[in-house]
Amino acid sequence: MERPCAMTPEICTLGHDALLVRFAREASEAATACVQVMLRLIDEADLPHVTEIAPALASVMVRFPGGTDVRSLLHQHLSDLIRKTDWSTVGVPTAKRRWIIPVCFDSDAAPHLAEVAQIAGKSEATIIHDLENVDVRVLALGFAPGQPYIGLLPQEWDMPRTSTLTAEVPAGALVTAVRQLVLFANPSPTGWRQIGMSAFKPFAPETDTPILLRAGDAMQFSRASADEIARLQASGDPKGGAICQSL
Amino acid sequence: MSVPLIEIIRATVGLSIQDMGRTGTTAIGLSQGGAMDKLALIEAAALLGKTQPSPAIEFMGIGGSLRVSCDVTVALTGGEMTAKVGDRLLQWNATHTLNAGDIIELSAPKSGVYGYLTPHAQLATPRVFDSQSSHVSAGVGHWLQSGDIVNGTPMALARSMKIRAIDRLGGGTVRYLAGPQTDLFSDADVNRFHATPFSASHIANRRGVKVDFEGAPFTPQNAHGIVSDIIVTGDIQMTGDGEPYVLMSECQTMGGYPRIGTVIPADLPILAQAKAGTPIRFEQITLEQADTIMADPISAATLSTRLSTLVRDPAEISDLVSYQLISGAITGYED
Repeated sequence: MERPCAMTPEICTLGHDALLVRFAREASEAATACVQVMLRLIDEADLPHVTEIAPALASVMVRFPGGTDVRSLLHQHLSDLIRKTDWSTVGVPTAKRRWIIPVCFDSDAAPHLAEVAQIAGKSEATIIHDLENVDVRVLALGFAPGQPYIGLLPQEWDMPRTSTLTAEVPAGALVTAVRQLVLFANPSPTGWRQIGMSAFKPFAPETDTPILLRAGDAMQFSRASADEIARLQASGDPKGGAICQSL
Repeated sequence: MSVPLIEIIRATVGLSIQDMGRTGTTAIGLSQGGAMDKLALIEAAALLGKTQPSPAIEFMGIGGSLRVSCDVTVALTGGEMTAKVGDRLLQWNATHTLNAGDIIELSAPKSGVYGYLTPHAQLATPRVFDSQSSHVSAGVGHWLQSGDIVNGTPMALARSMKIRAIDRLGGGTVRYLAGPQTDLFSDADVNRFHATPFSASHIANRRGVKVDFEGAPFTPQNAHGIVSDIIVTGDIQMTGDGEPYVLMSECQTMGGYPRIGTVIPADLPILAQAKAGTPIRFEQITLEQADTIMADPISAATLSTRLSTLVRDPAEISDLVSYQLISGAITGYED
């Protein structure tokens, strides 16, 4: 069940040099929409002393060099930004660009697809069809450099992490849990279920654009064959055949 | 001009290039990184007469041996390793000028965990997001391997100095701030957290340091379904089994485990250097107290009162007869 979307943002201190604007403690469409809006408001306000802004799924962190006076000043600025918006009616802002990422859903590339379909109460074909048609957002980058948390998926995707860890999913794996998707940047152990495989590398440290994605980007998936993913991986292009459209 | 500076002759595990880390990369999923004991790099800067810390070779609990390819002054700081060039024992927390071809052997630290060798040089290792630190868990840089050569531009040889290091290798009380999730823990558990004598666990690496204790787990209330949130270095995370794990240089940037608070940066070196079994306690301080502490950070300049000229102890000189003690060729500054 979606919680009522009356969001009451609170400002918390995080360590000695950050403030956290938190909209909720649980993931929801309303909270993710609020985060995207707040992120844009803070960015556009060009607040003094801010050294970095980072979104999570239901909060935005604002970092500054530290100090009592700067903290008070920023707290005031953030309170003003919060007050100017009616958070109960906020929707997800329009994305500035959209990525279309080739993904293979064949069984070798999607070892947990059958289980996911069963939990969601749908056929595998329907799940793949849904994934090909879903329009989701990059909610945040985290855990590893450039690695996107993507969502939120419809309610039937609200499934917990697995009780035992998968020892390793490969880099490029598309995995899901709790109405979200992650495209793994590196081979990782995970409690999320793997439902596809891409050739996309969210972090390419040796290139001019080491981080390809930004929070707020729209994302779609196009079905690709295992051969095509293998060919894209071999090509060495970190985008792995992905197309980025300006909106 | 960049030249071969240091050749890694023997590296087992845990050798890497580290500086003060990165700022402003949380939003892309890259944590601060950098030296586990940043104080050791500040001490090295003070020893080398620099205002700002420079990249060092970090040794994680295990030694190694290096050959310098040109004459270069190095600072040895952090966890106390036994350092030798041939039979010559090099004093720790001091600078030494090594000659081209010298092989320096470093043992595992006798006290502390992370030892540092900082060459008085500009290293030519790649900068990624404005830092030369390896952040191996994020795919930035790599562990140094036997046979690796670190290139750089050596700077003028410096006079040998020693420093009275800040005491931090034997554990102690670390101060932390309450944070956005402290209220997930009952007052009773927060009080018990402060009263509990912890000891550093053997489960520790550049991502974090676990602390062991006796007693009931620190289990948060109503933490089911809690959404992943921003993590900062120093966060004290309670894992699923209610055991505290302090997140260090190479922590992840987001996570779902509840956190009772954040250790202030000034006290992270205590945790970094805590060998398994070292006593640790946690004390919650107010923001006002933290601001006062952080307003007056330790820098190379503030450490200058702890510096003195290194005069070699004749007892450490292996071949005393070969030294010309009378002719004046020995100033006592050489090393």
